Amino acid sequence: MIEVIDLVKTYGAKRAVDKISFSVSRGDILGFLGPNGAGKSTTMKLITGFLTPDSGTAVVAGHDVRKAPLEVKRKIGYLPESAPSYPEMNVEEFLLFVAEARGFTRPGDREALVDRAVAKTHLEPVRRQSIETLSKGYRQRVGLAQAILHDPPILVLDEPTDGLDPNQKNEVRSLIRGMATEKAVILSTHILEEVEAVCTRIVLLSAGRIVVDETPAAFQARQPGARLDAIFRSLTQSDV
Amino acid sequence: MSRVASIFKREFGGYFRTPVAYVFLVVFLMLSVGLAFFVGQFFDSNVASLESYFSFHPWLFIFFAAAVGMRLWAEEKKNGTIELLFTLPITPLDAVLGKFLAAWAFLSIAILLSFPMAITIGFLGSPDWGVVITSYFGSILMAGSFLAVSSLTSAFTRNQVISFVVSVCVNLVLVLMGWSIFNGAMGRVMPQWLVDTISNFSTMPHFEPFTKGMVDLKDVVFFLSLTTFCLFLNVVALER
Repeated sequence: MIEVIDLVKTYGAKRAVDKISFSVSRGDILGFLGPNGAGKSTTMKLITGFLTPDSGTAVVAGHDVRKAPLEVKRKIGYLPESAPSYPEMNVEEFLLFVAEARGFTRPGDREALVDRAVAKTHLEPVRRQSIETLSKGYRQRVGLAQAILHDPPILVLDEPTDGLDPNQKNEVRSLIRGMATEKAVILSTHILEEVEAVCTRIVLLSAGRIVVDETPAAFQARQPGARLDAIFRSLTQSDV
Repeated sequence: MSRVASIFKREFGGYFRTPVAYVFLVVFLMLSVGLAFFVGQFFDSNVASLESYFSFHPWLFIFFAAAVGMRLWAEEKKNGTIELLFTLPITPLDAVLGKFLAAWAFLSIAILLSFPMAITIGFLGSPDWGVVITSYFGSILMAGSFLAVSSLTSAFTRNQVISFVVSVCVNLVLVLMGWSIFNGAMGRVMPQWLVDTISNFSTMPHFEPFTKGMVDLKDVVFFLSLTTFCLFLNVVALER
């Protein structure tokens, strides 16, 4: 579903993403790990077509992001880091706007999509509340609702559980797991237990390069009995 | 086209979701009408015409178009919503057009809300309605050009204040180049053909015919091409 081929992105003198290649197929939940600044968000922005790569490309659901960015954007549900949204709109208005901008212009269709996304992310109690008055957890869920609104075959989620309390984290994880059977999912996180809990694969980035691409079990097997964060630290030490 | 419409609706509604729109409308009307009355001698001139109202418009739009346009892109960048916007399946051109048209519609409403002035002169005398209509038309056209400048400056920064200041400077130059007093001063140091050429690029001489009831194709083309040029650069700036 997602084929990332030799992606390179440079900001000024810093090479943020350095020849990254990997692929994600349907049913995969790929956990993106790495220290801050390792290139996780940049890679996601390249896959979703928000940034243009210096070289290399990503093929998403058969469409090359450099040649057919709009097609790629149609297939992807994307939750950007810290879930930006328009603060002065209420939740429903915001989701209706996203549905319309995604081309669902028939009134009945739009409402049905918004109802479904609101139900899945448990936003019913704040549906008519303006987004700026919501707590971090709710805002994060608004971002998630916006990403799954059009039931995309591919989800790209940048720190989906950031700012949620432990219960909400669990809920979002089970939501992702529940959807993953028919989707390809990429999510980034700082929480290593989350990778264990939801991901079927780990890609560890360090200084813009892939250090590890394997299953959580294989990752654990690198140092049997050790905590995941100890393995993480030993693999990314060069970055510090 | 539906994508442009969805952007337009959100943006236009956005003006009225906060008190800013109402503050803007009140200040604009007070200032524009106040100038006509107290500086333009609206009543003392004893002529049933809105010339004293429209003659201040080039000066007013230097600031008011910058105020309406400054948020267009700077706010999206600051909130991070630009990432959301450009991972929706819309092109930069859709987004630029939708936003610009929304801001233009808002500014046009501000201009048209001076209609009680028109009713007043119709009540007190017998104005030339053709002139009134061409003046409104010219004013809205000119407002669009200033607004396009402001939308462009907004695309270069995440700070609305910077966008406002830069846009005011550019708009000011656009007016000054054709201001008769300024042209007179220039005429003393440079040949007349050069002064004429410079003043041809100003909004001032292209707006004046409208307030006299003349709609000249070259003036319409001037404003439309200035607007199109700025919006084109706006798209390019966002595609970087």
